[in-house]
Order: sequence, then structure tokens, then C-alpha cells
Amino acid sequence: MAVTIAKERWTNRVAEVVLGVEPKVVKIGGEGTLPFLHFEGEMPNRPAVALEVWDMEPTTWPEILTKHYAGVLGDPAAWAKKCVEYGADLVCLTLASAHPDNKNSSPEECAQVAKTVAEAVDVPLIVLGCGVEEKDAQVLEKVAEALSGRNCLLGLATQENYRTITAACMVYGHNVIASTPLDINLEKQLNILITEMNMAPNRIVIDPSVAALGYGIEYAYSIIERTRIGALTGDKMMAMPVICILGPEVWKQKEAKSTTEEAPDWGDQERRAILWETVSAVALAQAGGSLFVLRHPESLRQFKAHIEKLMQPNVY
Amino acid sequence: MGLTGLEIFKQLPKTNCKDCGHPTCLAFAMAMAAGKASLDQCPHVSEAAKEALGAASAPPMALVKIGTGEKELQLGNETVLFRHDKRFENPTGIAITVSDAASEEEIAARVAQINKLSFERVGQIHHVNLVAVVNDSGSADKFATAAKVAAANTQYPLILVTDDAAAMEKALEAVGNQKPLLCGASAGNYEAMTALAKKYDAPLVVRGADLNELAELVEKVVAQGHKKLILDSGAREVHRVLADQTQLRRQALKRFRPFGYPTITFVTGEDPVQAVLDAAVYICKYAGIVVLPSADPADILPLITLRLNIYTDPQKPIAVEPKVYEIGTPGPNAPVFVTTNFSLTYFCVAGDVEASRVPSYIIAVDTDGLSVLTAWAAGKLTSEKIADMLKNTGIADKVSHRKVIIPGGVAVLSGKLAELSGWEVLVGPRESSAIPSFLKQRWSA
Ligand code: B12
Ligand code: SF4
Repeated sequence: MAVTIAKERWTNRVAEVVLGVEPKVVKIGGEGTLPFLHFEGEMPNRPAVALEVWDMEPTTWPEILTKHYAGVLGDPAAWAKKCVEYGADLVCLTLASAHPDNKNSSPEECAQVAKTVAEAVDVPLIVLGCGVEEKDAQVLEKVAEALSGRNCLLGLATQENYRTITAACMVYGHNVIASTPLDINLEKQLNILITEMNMAPNRIVIDPSVAALGYGIEYAYSIIERTRIGALTGDKMMAMPVICILGPEVWKQKEAKSTTEEAPDWGDQERRAILWETVSAVALAQAGGSLFVLRHPESLRQFKAHIEKLMQPNVY
Repeated sequence: MGLTGLEIFKQLPKTNCKDCGHPTCLAFAMAMAAGKASLDQCPHVSEAAKEALGAASAPPMALVKIGTGEKELQLGNETVLFRHDKRFENPTGIAITVSDAASEEEIAARVAQINKLSFERVGQIHHVNLVAVVNDSGSADKFATAAKVAAANTQYPLILVTDDAAAMEKALEAVGNQKPLLCGASAGNYEAMTALAKKYDAPLVVRGADLNELAELVEKVVAQGHKKLILDSGAREVHRVLADQTQLRRQALKRFRPFGYPTITFVTGEDPVQAVLDAAVYICKYAGIVVLPSADPADILPLITLRLNIYTDPQKPIAVEPKVYEIGTPGPNAPVFVTTNFSLTYFCVAGDVEASRVPSYIIAVDTDGLSVLTAWAAGKLTSEKIADMLKNTGIADKVSHRKVIIPGGVAVLSGKLAELSGWEVLVGPRESSAIPSFLKQRWSA
């Protein structure tokens, strides 16, 4: 009995965003189907994976994480090289030191660090501010200038600060992360505002705000899924690839931080933590995430191996 | 496909007797059309109407039960492709394998390990659901013994995994009264397997080499008179399973009858971490059951949590009653914590306060079930509300001190809260997991 394979006829595809410069460009997006349904449409690019680098030594990372970056945590350039060694497609530099509660580093200092990191590696760079919207606008403006021509991905641009950041990205040839707090209407609205500044849609990456497994991931899952369906059914203002910045979310949770002794019923800490990070990533890849920011090198390796399996053709 | 509310209404008694729990027959008809009620909820519907509506109103996917008693597992009844369309109904059953090639002691020990895969989350116990006894030995006797030992050591229903009908029969003689899932029927053995499933009135996995063969086999099994089925498309590599699971769900919703049953998936492969990741895909993408070889809590906790998240009803945040909770038996010097009434938030805090072993009070403020920062951003966690709870819940009579601990994420509330309530406000850590060390360093009444 021949089963008639059910295929959706999608009318649109996700924009393809190109990051970095030759020979190490990374392309994300471009999907003409739901994730990994190769029988239905094209998925020209596999999801890409970045590892995090900070411009100051993190104090809250558990030992199972820091031991893999021993000796480089105080040196962002060396740390970035380590990430590339581990197989990261991109490096995600977080300028945590700019936060007023940390060192309150100046935009110029931040730009200098960003430049050093960019010169240390040849993979594309994602640069995130410290999360204080006003400060990030100042910092990212200087960073954009210092990294001119490197075609980086800068963020987070929010309702409050998108103008400055978008303008800087346009002038110095970068791409922008449009970030909203888990709300599909706000997400679309911000994309509209940014494109109204004449930013090309294929230079925008959506950050829907993600949560870790067990801590609200279902909201992110459904928003990303709805975003993908919106894109495929023709909504150009939702047709941008989605970034899932999971590292900071996963690694603050108990399941990643509690030691094997503290939580003996939960199994070995490192195994559990790596799975907390990778299972979060796997789920959001099924929802439609195209770019992932992780922390643990083994999470990176396992997630990439998983993606490789899913990229095999499954046409009927 | 689906009938309109009006078409359904025409067939109802139109007495508006409310026995179905709806105010009128029309309201009931509309609910049924929306897939939110089923015909059997109206006790007065005529046989003729049942006939007329029966086939068309039958759910797109059958409900299938495995096992008996308290740990009976229900699968199926799914109605959507995406959780945001409505919700996913019956959470994926997680099955852990036990090999019959092991000794009886080893089998008992393995089952004991599986029984321990039970975790508390958001105030509920979440656990694995099935023990899959696999006929690796090739011996019917060993298989039957293994099934018997497993059944004697667990309350979870069994899956009996063998292609050998003789081995299946032997095992059923031992455990058939517990309605295990027979796994199962394939092209070579379906007649014998179906006969066994019928004899024991037990659910049966039907496995095809591909979707075409699966559809064919299902029709043959149904023609033999058995309808308690679980589907296996035969695929084992994650990219193929994903495609097949998607097809099976889409076809079920299109009311392609042979695929109107829940599914089963198996993770295979050498790397244990990859196995967990494949299982995560199947939980997101429609699997009725996922069978895995690992009984390591580090592997299973993430999967059980993912299942909880994916099967949460997107329409209603889970909330706890807004009130003062007691952790342990707090005395007049006990710390007083403030949090929100979002279940996830409350139970994070409650769990961490418990871990500190300091008996305490927790005030769960009514934020309509929103988390701390979400509620703060939405204006639902305010100094006024907290001050109000401090005043009107009687907490002031229970403790002799006047110190309240608020979440680190909403430190900004502290000034105004102190002013409004007259209490001293201590800003706690951002993550509740730091509460035990916070109490050690900072708390004295
Ligand atoms: C899921 C989510 C939602 C869900 C709501 C889920 C729910 N039921 O609350 C939805 C999609 C509905 C939502 C909506 C909004 N959200 Co929202 N949301 C999130 C998200 C992703 C996770 C929140 C969560 O569930 N966390 C898990 C729980 C357990 O965390 P928690 O309650 O904070 O508890 C922890 C700590 O606070 C602490 N703690 C808790 N209580 C106590 C008590 C004491 C004494 C101590 C010491 C510690 C402590 O321990 C807990 C465990 O670590 C966060 C971002 C993120 N990744 O965190 C954004 C976030 C909270 N949302 C945000 C915003 C702005 C909104 C909206 C206003 C946006 C909008 N769309 O308009 C709306 C408001 C809702 C409304 N108007 O009704 C912002 C808040 C920004 C800010 N700092 O003010 C955030 C941080 C996202 C962001 N980065 O911008 N959101
Ligand atoms: S129980 Fe039947 S007859 Fe009574 S109101 Fe409901 S639908 Fe109408």
C-alpha cells in the first residue's frame, strides 16, 4: 500500500545571513522547510555553533567548565583560540567587563579587546555587550568601528538601543542581533523598525530570548517554531535566522552547577551538565534555531555530531 | 474531516439538560467541533446519532493503554502538529531496556535501578514509564524468566521485545495478565503475534520495513480484529525517524486510518550521549514511546524535564496558590522569603530553602503565575503587593523579627518596600540555589 507522503508547500524561505570573511565565512538560515525535513524543502546550511569567550574571568562558572579553559580565562585572545581548537564555528565574545557592577570598562577598552580577539582567530565573531542597554549602545558603536570590515554579528539590539547599534552595524559592515523578550509581536515589530532604517533583512538575526531546559524553554520553543512557520508562509519580517544564546541560561541552573556529591540522585555532574546544555540545544534546533551559543567544549562536539546526523537526506 | 458545530448539533437531543457539563447542546456541539469534547460525554445521545457522528467524530489518533493499575500508561489522542496550536496530550512514555541475556540477579538489579529514575519537579513526581524486556538471548525460556523477574520487581508496565512468537507466548504465560505491550508484529510473524495480542487483550506494536509496508500491515492486523496498536516505521537513524514521525503525525491528523495510532521509537548507536540527544528529538517530535538503553539518572533527568516542558499546556501557566507557605516547622525567628506564585519559581525557591535545612516561611505573591522578572516587567510583582501580603497574611504574628528576603533579581523594589511595610528588606541572591549559603552568611533573626 503506497502512502502518499504529506508535504507542505511553503511559499517563502528564511533569509540567508553570511558572517565573517573568506575563507572562514559561516552561512546561517536559508531554510525552505521546517527543521531537518529534507523531504519537503531545502536546508542549505546546518545550524552553526559558537563557544563563549569573556573579556574578564567569570566568577560563577563551575569547575567542570573552567577546567577546560584553564590558563586562558584571563586572556580573551588565547581563550578564543582555544574555542577554535575545540571546533567552534564562531567565537562569541561577551563584554561582561563593561557592566557597571563589574569593571565598568570604557567603550574604547572594550573595542581594544574585541580587536585583539578578532586578530587572534579567523572564524567569524559574535560580540555581545554587557546587557545594560544604554552602555551597550556606546560599547558596540566603538566595537563596530574597531572591527570594521570583518562582517561580525553584534548585539543585543533592543527596543531601547537598536538605533545606535543598527547604524553602527550599517556603517562598519556588520550584522545585528535583534533581541526581544519572548514575544512574537515585539519580535516582528523590532525587525520592522530595524529594516526601516534600511538595514537589509539578510543582515539581521533574531534573538527571541531563550531559557534553559526546565526553566521556561517551552516558551522559547514555541516562539521559535511560530517564527519559522511565519517565515515559511511568507512573513518577511519573521524570515530571519534565530540565534539561541543558551550558555548563560544553562550554566546558572542547579542541574548544571550542583556537584555529584550535592545531588547524588542526579548522576555525574559533568555528564548531566553537558546533557542539560545539549538537550536544550537539540530541542531549540527542532524548533528552528540556526545559530547556537554554548559553553562546554563537549556540548559543542556532541551537538555538532548530532546536527551532522540530522543533515543527512531523508527524502522518500 | 471534522464536522461543523451545526452538523453535530443536529444530531443531539436538544434538551439542554447540562449533563455533559456544557450549558446547552449547542455549546457542547461547538466544543466538540473544536475537539474539546467527545460524544461519549453526552449520556443521552441516540444510537442513530452515534452512528452518524461516530466515524467522523472519532479522534484522529486512537487512545492506547499499556499495563494495569496505578502505573498504567495512556498514549495517543493527539490532535495537533505544534504545541502552540493547542497542546500535546499524553506525554511520551520513557522505556528503559533490560536484556534477558543477563542473570536473574542482574535483571533484578537493573530493574531496581530503573525504579529509581523518579524525580521531583514543580511539586510533582516525574518518572520513567516502562521496562522493555529484550529477547537478546534468543531463548524463549530465558525471555519468559526475564519478563517474570522484571514484573516481580517493578510496578511499571512491560514491553516484551521479541520477533519470536513462541518466545512471546511463553512470556505472556508468565506476565500476560498485566497487559504488557507486545513488540511485536512484523511481516513475518504478524498473524501469530496478533492472535496472542487478541488472546491477552494486550496492545501490539506493528513494525513495517518502511511507511508503505507499515500501512499494509496495520490493515492486515486490524482485519484480524485487533485495534490496540502502536506504530513502528522501522527507521532507527535519527534523520529518518524524524521524517517518519512527522509523516505519521501528519497522516493521522489527515485521518489516514492505518496511521491513527501512537508511535514507538528506539534509540540505538554506540555513543550514550548521542542516544540521549536522539531521544530528545523524539520527545519533541511526536513519539508515543521512546525506548532507551540507559538507566543513568544524568541521562534520564534531562529527558524527563524536556518531556514535562514540551507537554506543558501553553495556554495556562502552572501556578500555586498565592499564600504563606511553611517549609519545615518555622518558629518566631524563621526567615521570611518572598517569591511569585509561578509554580516553577515557587518550587525552585521551596526546594532550595528546604536544602538549607532552615525552617522558613515563603510568601508566594499572586503574579498570575509569572516568574520573578517577567512579573516585575509586567508590573505584577510590586512593592505594594508585597507590603500588602506582609500586612494581611498574618505573617507578622508568626515571626518576632521584621526582616523579609526578596529575590536578587528585583533588588530595585527594596527601598519602596521598606518604606511601605516598615520591614527591613534583605536582598537575596539572584538564583535561589544560592539561598543556603546566603542564609549561612547573612541570616540572623
Ligand atoms: C518564560 C518567560 C516569559 C513567559 C512567562 C513565563 C511565566 N510564567 O512567568 C512569557 C512568554 C509569557 C513572558 C512574557 C513577558 N516577559 Co518574559 N521571560 C521569560 C524567561 C525566558 C524565563 C523566565 C522564567 O520562567 N524563569 C525561570 C524562573 C524559575 O525564574 P525566576 O522566577 O526568576 O526565579 C529564579 C530567581 O529569580 C530566583 N528567585 C525566585 N524567587 C526568589 C526568592 C528569593 C527570596 C530569592 C533569594 C531568589 C528567588 O530563583 C529562581 C531560580 O533561579 C525570561 C528570560 C530568562 N531567560 O530568564 C524572560 C524575562 C523575564 N521576560 C521579560 C519581559 C520583559 C517580559 C514581558 C514584559 C515582555 C512582553 N512580551 O511584553 C512579558 C510580560 C508578561 C505579561 N505582560 O504578562 C524580561 C524581563 C526584563 C527585566 N529584567 O525586567 C526577561 C528577563 C527577558 C529579557 N532578557 O528581556 N516571559
Ligand atoms: S448532555 Fe447531551 S442532551 Fe444534555 S445538554 Fe449536553 S449535549 Fe445536550
